[in-house]
Amino acid sequence: MSAEMILFFVFAAIAVAGAIALIVLREPIHSALALILVMVSLAVLYLLLGAEFIAAVQIIVYAGAIMVLFVFVIMLLNAREEERTNASRMARYAGLPLGMLLTAQLAYWVAHGWPQGGVTQAAAATSTRALSTMLFRVFVLPFELTSILILIAILGAMVLAKKDF
Amino acid sequence: MVPIPYYLVLSAILFGLGVVAFVFKRNIITIFMAIELMLNAVNLAFIAFAKMLGQLDGQVFVFFVIVVAAAEAAVGLAIVIQIVRNRQTLNVERVNLLKF
Repeated sequence: MSAEMILFFVFAAIAVAGAIALIVLREPIHSALALILVMVSLAVLYLLLGAEFIAAVQIIVYAGAIMVLFVFVIMLLNAREEERTNASRMARYAGLPLGMLLTAQLAYWVAHGWPQGGVTQAAAATSTRALSTMLFRVFVLPFELTSILILIAILGAMVLAKKDF
Repeated sequence: MVPIPYYLVLSAILFGLGVVAFVFKRNIITIFMAIELMLNAVNLAFIAFAKMLGQLDGQVFVFFVIVVAAAEAAVGLAIVIQIVRNRQTLNVERVNLLKF
């Protein structure tokens, strides 16, 4: 087993464990920390796949900015442990097996939906320079549109969070 | 070299766990986090396909997904703050004004 395989299995296990912890833990702040664990281990997997820039963006934007926003709101609203209701008790007995079944089905069909003989991996031209060239030549219009989207999102968030909305 | 289907199976498992969390959790902030988990799972599939096909389109897509997720988180959490101000609860079962 090569070093890459070992790295893959270690961080895949951490990611799946983090996702399960997100479901099992009842305090929102613990769920948020579990989600950060998933995101960091996914960044390592991106590095294994040769996507260095996306791995950096994953750490900076996702684990950094977005999750800090989540943790900030959890602290701001003083979110405590979830209340248990009748519906959530029913969900545990009926929903948990069905959810696991869905996950297993998804994984099974993805694993078996491949032609026999395996998949060839093309030699990828994965450098940050090539990515930026593509971003600012081929995808320049969507790139500019996302800046407008972000602007509208900032305005929307400010208006929504105002006291007398 | 890790075979690409391994990544796709991991992506499917994470997506399934995200769906389970989305359906299970009663806290509106945790439901938001489940959506982020599903977006992350799809991002992993995109990057795996980009590697498989030797093209960078998948990575550019992931970049845009991350940008849109940031916008979505900002607006969504503002809505959450507004809900808590109006109803004093984070439990989605108590936010049922439109429920039939």
